[in-house]
Amino acid sequence: MGRGDAAAGDGGLMDILALPRLVWEFVVYLFAVMPDLLPIILSLATPLALGALCGVLGERSGVVNIGIEGIMLMAAFFGYLTGFALHEPLGTGAALALGIVVAVATGALLGLLHAWLTVTVRADQIIAGTMMNIAAFGVTGYLNRLIITPSGRGGAGVIPPFHLPDQLATLPFLGPILAMFLDQGPIAMSVILLVLISQFALFRTRWGLRTRAVGEHPKAADTVGIDVFRQRYLNVIVGCGIAGLAGAYLTLESTGSFQNGMTNGRGFIALAAVIFGRWTPLGSLLGALLFGTATAFGIIVNVRPAEGDLGTLMKTIPTFWYAALPYLITVVILAGVVGRSTPPAADGIPYAKEGKG
Amino acid sequence: MRRWRARLAPTWSKAQVPVYSIVLAFAVAAVVVIVSSAFTASGFDPLLPFAAYARLFAGAFGSGNGVANTLVAAAPLMFGGLAVGIGLKAGLFNIGVAGQFLVGAFAAAVTGAALAAAPTIVGMPLAMLAGGLAGAAYGFIPGYLKARTGAHEVVTTIMLNNAAALLLTWAVNDLVRAPGFSFPRTADIGQSALPILAGRNLHLGIAFAVAAVFVIRWILVRTTLGFEIRTVGANPSAARYAGMRPIFITALTMTISGLLAGLAGAIQMLGVIGFYAPGITASVGFDSIAVALLGRSDPIGILFAALLFGAFRAGAPLMQIETSVPIEVIDIIQALVILFLAADLIVRRVFRVRAPKIEIVELATVTGSWGAGTPPPGTAG
Repeated sequence: MGRGDAAAGDGGLMDILALPRLVWEFVVYLFAVMPDLLPIILSLATPLALGALCGVLGERSGVVNIGIEGIMLMAAFFGYLTGFALHEPLGTGAALALGIVVAVATGALLGLLHAWLTVTVRADQIIAGTMMNIAAFGVTGYLNRLIITPSGRGGAGVIPPFHLPDQLATLPFLGPILAMFLDQGPIAMSVILLVLISQFALFRTRWGLRTRAVGEHPKAADTVGIDVFRQRYLNVIVGCGIAGLAGAYLTLESTGSFQNGMTNGRGFIALAAVIFGRWTPLGSLLGALLFGTATAFGIIVNVRPAEGDLGTLMKTIPTFWYAALPYLITVVILAGVVGRSTPPAADGIPYAKEGKG
Repeated sequence: MRRWRARLAPTWSKAQVPVYSIVLAFAVAAVVVIVSSAFTASGFDPLLPFAAYARLFAGAFGSGNGVANTLVAAAPLMFGGLAVGIGLKAGLFNIGVAGQFLVGAFAAAVTGAALAAAPTIVGMPLAMLAGGLAGAAYGFIPGYLKARTGAHEVVTTIMLNNAAALLLTWAVNDLVRAPGFSFPRTADIGQSALPILAGRNLHLGIAFAVAAVFVIRWILVRTTLGFEIRTVGANPSAARYAGMRPIFITALTMTISGLLAGLAGAIQMLGVIGFYAPGITASVGFDSIAVALLGRSDPIGILFAALLFGAFRAGAPLMQIETSVPIEVIDIIQALVILFLAADLIVRRVFRVRAPKIEIVELATVTGSWGAGTPPPGTAG
């Protein structure tokens, strides 16, 4: 975005101050839209952050899972299906709660499958993940067409978000920041908590030490009596349960409906967030928030267009470019970050006990 | 008789696990169909899978039209399967075939429309070329990034898939929208269409696809480039010590892979669809992965796997119409085939197979490069 482009947006803008002025206008614009921008960042980042947590837990123990996308989709569907089937007999609240339970259980079950394939059978981890993605697309599409579409009925709706009292939400400067974390549904709010717990558990508890040992040097871990298989199973299952929660978020807290393939690459952006966050829960949350911000920005520029020269410039960029922004940013960040971060040494490598290989 | 058996034995031992995987996938999918039938209006029907598979078969092979449909559906899968397969040979997992397919289809549509009035002998090859080159360029990006920075192609290609769909939608809306239509689409390709060889839709692209199978086979088996690709895939560090250029080979292989995926898009565009509109199907992307894995990333294997999945795609609509078993059962079967290939011990137990394990050894390179670089020695257990 050079000065030439800016000038092209507005005929008489060839003076030397054009670029600084645009930057200044951009900063002013960001502050102006902050109250709209901040609250949606966390909600857009939630599935990414939960998916990334799944990636961190698995990869720290040495299991790569590119099937997070599929696990999210499956959980989103079965969570939705539960709400869809039960909200008439049981009432909306109970159906939604059960939907979340089913979604997490779906994730954990698929995690069990992934762990069995990658740890016990020692199948290729990337192929196992690919299988998961195709299976999820097929199974959800199949059941959607078979059960939900012909019924013509809707789901159980969405979990009502918590609303910040107006006195707090209208506070200058602090209000939007509070709203970002507290004007949310329960799953979105639980993200911060889950990330903090995982960060603590991974670096300060015995489980965390074992996880990292198994992911860095399984043979050494095995020698000192850590059950490599058990540790990997546990991590993958718990992680995929969390990815299931991400799925529940999509259908039961965010949209209230199911569309085929609605995860739309989020599972893969989550993987990029893992690498961006150098395989730490806090870092990958940061990555997820960054991608959430890019997406939120793409939405806000349409809802609240900028004014003046900046507005003219930003209008020359088509809507679809803003929509593609998170994906392109993922590619750029991955290319910039990857060489400088070190994955767990045994990431992606199946472990075989001596004599059994 | 005995001579024949001796001759077929090595082929059969290679094909055994894939063939049994398909059989098992159909069996498990049948269970899914039976169980799910209980939740439909027509009620529980334990015989439904037989009816559905019979319709699937009839739709794919039951008539001249059916066979033509199978071949037409198989052609882009051959290109796509080769795209994934040649990537695997170099230790690269290109799951960006969907994006490269779209870019190729778009370039072919725009070029074809521009040359709509020119003779076919001029317009068609140029449109094919444009599609292939666009796909190659779109494959070069993740290849270059992998080679230079280590950004894993599994994530970058998926992101580029999403970006391609959005940016091409914009391009059709704002840049090349044809006037006179109620929805955004490109103009007709006119004379640039692939000639029809027989029947209603059996187009020349099928011949191109079969030719591509043998060209890629020749490259992989007979040329220095193919040898380098296979060496880089089997062991990147050994390739480097032997004086090969893994960085160059990685970028080049992804470019070739993109070229093939772009050609898949081009023949689909010039032979079947005829114009680019947002939301044109790119199921070729996932199908190609299944085709390459089922074909064990070997060109001849890919040829047969593409015919099989082409038959599925051709037969599925009839199955859905006549038995109301959703078309997505094909995706389920595909996933199951991949599952049983990945966990071939299941197949071996069920069918008591003793044939040696035919692995795609290069997959270890794909997974090993996750994150960054190759793992230090000694960690593999």
